[in-house]
Amino acid sequence: MIAEDDEKWLAAANAAVKQNAFYMQRAIDSNNLKDALKFSAQMLSELRTSKLSPHKYYELYMRVFNELGTLEIFFKEETGRGCSIAELYELVQHAGNILPRLYLLCTIGSVYIKSKDVTTTDILKDLVEMCRAVQHPLRGLFLRSYLAQVTRDKLPSIGSELEGDGDAQMNALEFVLQNFTEMNKLWVRMQHQGSSREKEKREKERNELRDLVGKNLHVLSQLEGVDLGIYRDTVLPRILEQVVNCKDELAQCYLMDCIIQVFPDDFHLQTLDVLLGVCPQLQPSVDIKTVLSGLMERLSNYAASSVEALPNFLQVEAFSKFNYAIGKVVEAQVDLPAAGSVTLYLFLLKFTLHVYSDRLDYVDQVLGSCVTQLSATGKLCDDKAAKQIVAFLRAPLEKYNNVVTILKLTNYPRVMEYLDHETNKTMAIIIVQSVLKNNTHISTADEVDALFELAKGLIKDFDGTIDNEIDEEDFQEEQNFVARLVHNLYNDDPEEMSKIIFTVRKHILTGGPKRLPLTIPALVFSALKLIRRLRGGDENPFGDDASATPKRILQLLSETVEALSDVSAPDLALRLYLQCAQAANDCELETVTYEFFTKAYLLYEEEISDSKAQVTALRLIIGTLQRMRVLSVENRDILTHKATGYSARLLRKPDQCRAVYECAHLFWADECENLKDGERVVLCLIRAQRIADAVQNMTNASRGTSSTGSVALYVELLNKYLYFLEKGNTKVTGDTIKSLAELIRSETKKVESGAESFINSTLRYIEFQRQQDGGMSEKYEKIKMEWFE
Amino acid sequence: MNYLLGAFKPACNVSITFSDGKNRKQVPMKKENGQTALVPLFHSQDTISGKVCIDPYQGKKVEHNGVKVELLGQIEMYFDRGNFYDFTSLVRELDVPGEIYERKTYPFEFPTVEMPYETYNGVNVRLRYVLKVTVTRGYSGSILEYQELVVRNYAPLPDINNSIKMEVGIEDCLHIEFEYNKSKYHLKDVILGKIYFLLVRIKMKNMDLEIRRRESTGAGANTHVETETLAKFELMDGTPVRGESIPVRLFLAPYDLTPTHRNINNKYSVKYYLNLVLVDEEDRRYFKQQEITLYRLKEDTSS
Repeated sequence: MIAEDDEKWLAAANAAVKQNAFYMQRAIDSNNLKDALKFSAQMLSELRTSKLSPHKYYELYMRVFNELGTLEIFFKEETGRGCSIAELYELVQHAGNILPRLYLLCTIGSVYIKSKDVTTTDILKDLVEMCRAVQHPLRGLFLRSYLAQVTRDKLPSIGSELEGDGDAQMNALEFVLQNFTEMNKLWVRMQHQGSSREKEKREKERNELRDLVGKNLHVLSQLEGVDLGIYRDTVLPRILEQVVNCKDELAQCYLMDCIIQVFPDDFHLQTLDVLLGVCPQLQPSVDIKTVLSGLMERLSNYAASSVEALPNFLQVEAFSKFNYAIGKVVEAQVDLPAAGSVTLYLFLLKFTLHVYSDRLDYVDQVLGSCVTQLSATGKLCDDKAAKQIVAFLRAPLEKYNNVVTILKLTNYPRVMEYLDHETNKTMAIIIVQSVLKNNTHISTADEVDALFELAKGLIKDFDGTIDNEIDEEDFQEEQNFVARLVHNLYNDDPEEMSKIIFTVRKHILTGGPKRLPLTIPALVFSALKLIRRLRGGDENPFGDDASATPKRILQLLSETVEALSDVSAPDLALRLYLQCAQAANDCELETVTYEFFTKAYLLYEEEISDSKAQVTALRLIIGTLQRMRVLSVENRDILTHKATGYSARLLRKPDQCRAVYECAHLFWADECENLKDGERVVLCLIRAQRIADAVQNMTNASRGTSSTGSVALYVELLNKYLYFLEKGNTKVTGDTIKSLAELIRSETKKVESGAESFINSTLRYIEFQRQQDGGMSEKYEKIKMEWFE
Repeated sequence: MNYLLGAFKPACNVSITFSDGKNRKQVPMKKENGQTALVPLFHSQDTISGKVCIDPYQGKKVEHNGVKVELLGQIEMYFDRGNFYDFTSLVRELDVPGEIYERKTYPFEFPTVEMPYETYNGVNVRLRYVLKVTVTRGYSGSILEYQELVVRNYAPLPDINNSIKMEVGIEDCLHIEFEYNKSKYHLKDVILGKIYFLLVRIKMKNMDLEIRRRESTGAGANTHVETETLAKFELMDGTPVRGESIPVRLFLAPYDLTPTHRNINNKYSVKYYLNLVLVDEEDRRYFKQQEITLYRLKEDTSS
């Protein structure tokens, strides 16, 4: 309803403007000054309306504005025709109504200034003074906006022709400042117009008009000759005075932003304390963080864009000023939400990182300030604040791309303490990812300690939180990061490296049953790598009490792996024990090696019950044991014996068979003369063959079930025989092989074995070896068999 | 018909010309029928001289008992129309009784005439100067011819010209202080001043400055007072806040003003007032009236 009326009024006003503009144009065409003035005044009278909303009024204003352009040109021509401009200037003031009179005055005034007939200053002063007569906020605002518009390209500047004396510049400045002040007053006053019921709507409308006010600041910034001195001594204090005194949220917010955006960076830098000093004086409802962040962002970009600017930043102590100002603001605005204050610190941090990238102490100070602030609010719970603080903590990471630098920030972990668990974990992931992505070299135990302290969101569960919803894949992914991180830790100095490992272990062990299986392997292998390095170097460069002896490390590993068996990951533990045993063996530490085997065996016996797992485990045991060189005969015998025993006790016969013939390797080590017990090898093989026989019998007994197993077992055995034959085991005789071959042949005749290709390639191999020159063909001579054709 | 009409026509044409008529400035003057005519302008102490020309119509002769020219200064009250009060009357006899057969010209001169009052055309009163030529005839009635002239007198710059300054207000509602730069203005002057708002508790629509003329005629119980608003000049739009000061600049030139006349020949007075009017949103008017004195300044010094 109201909007409709609005339209109607606007249409009527537009029509009237159009009509009068037409008559005005006709008068102009016939050089009739009197009528031109009359009709232009009538046209301008339409602007006297109080019926239009600001939006519609603006439309009307624009229409009139366009028409006034013609009038301005006419005035200019008229002065050429002998009508003195001073007369015209008086003539327009005869208009009875104030608004048309002042619009006309501004129009002629702009011509006057351009004509250079008169001191610009006087006219400007007169215009800006006369405009006081319009006190209606909306109409006054537009009138002054018109004034600013028509004079802006005519303002004198230093060195311009218009300028008569040194004062002219000052007065152009004074003119704009005053116009700005008055416009702002009118603008602020608008909120008190009309009923309080429509306040919201009015504020919205008012917001739409803000650029009319802001334009003045823009003009100020464009004014030639406004240098730093003038800006600092006159422009800024005057503007700020206005900003503070108007006590209006909307205006303060907008104008502060305007100031920041409109004036040059170095001006801001040089007047930082003034600008910042104003912040606590603003209304409590003003969104200072937007203002400050705008400023800091601008200065950051400035610093980034020009290297020459940096010394200035140092010179004016920009950082401490900002830090102080933000502290003040936070202090002043009691009910500033946590997210708000964190955002402020975030921008300060970004600023600091940009401008003072080499000043870690500054960065740390920011973090410290933030901690102080957070300590007042306690843990952060709302999402927005959490998001901000992640961004906050992330900023230095992204800047330095080096966690080691971050670790030097003592306040960094303190900030993290205020995060909730979820956020803490997110942050931990970010930190770890940063390390991985940048391949950051973290080389001291202290750093490692600090890093793991930071990343503890990943390393361990928090007290009292049980997250059931954790996605298994995500969890593994996260722990993978930890594992990768462990691999990334490296120091050339073994001593330090071992310290690192000790530290890592300390942290990792706190991880709980879910994490350990995923993280311990990384630790173990990292440690083994170190051990290998130690072995490669001097035997014992540090003396006995150094921590970095293989023995000590292995000792540590033993304990570490033990933790795994507690969390029901016996397979993994077993493998790791064997790895350790291997390492111990390489370091020629017999007892340690034996110890590891013992542990592995115990695990095998007590924890590994799944038969398939048993097979795999046993194979690993056998494989590892075969390579052990440091064990005394006695110990080796015990272990070998045990392993053979386990083999025979496997559940499935084929598994037994295979395990047993693999045990044969335990008695034969190629490079070691005293470890070649041909007899026991053969014994093993014979036992294996017996088991194979048993399998064969069982298959025969249960015909029908397709069974290829036994034949394949025989062929495998045959291959083992051939292997040991080649290795020179004298106890392997041609007869044994022949009879085995015979057996295979008879078996394959009886039944489709499914192992033909295996048999054939074995036969081909034998044939091939026989035709070789040298010792090999001799060995094979023994098993010449006619049936192979 | 023509000759019949001719019978009633005067027997001659009488005209009056001024000796410096070509150079003398002429000013527009409103006649009784509402039209304006250009009339020569005189000042006090001017010498009024010229010629009276009597031109009988073809073939006619004018018998007369004498020809004279008079300079009259008259005040006419409208409630007493037709009855003139002559405050100045000067006569020049131009001819002795006789007959005029052909065009005859008589020079005349009133040297340095004292004309203390200005021509004035008011609501209830008129002051005029006129040259009256009388061709006296016996029974057939005298022939009369009039020539109006306008008299304007310049005043010197006043020695004392204080500003008008005043604080007025309605308690707890509106307090203003206004100032006009002078109390005496010449007719092409400009009124400068400012209105300072000390307290504003009402919502105002606008503020105007009016120029009012107060013409009082007669004396004693018969005094007639007539007030006209000659100018209405908007000074301010909207409601100011406390501490605001609004400029005043009013050019007097476009308005039809006369100097202030005080007690002209005990017949009338013309006074001028500045009336400051504030209108609030309920269209209530608050005003304060101040007298100003208007005077005529010699043109070339005023412009």
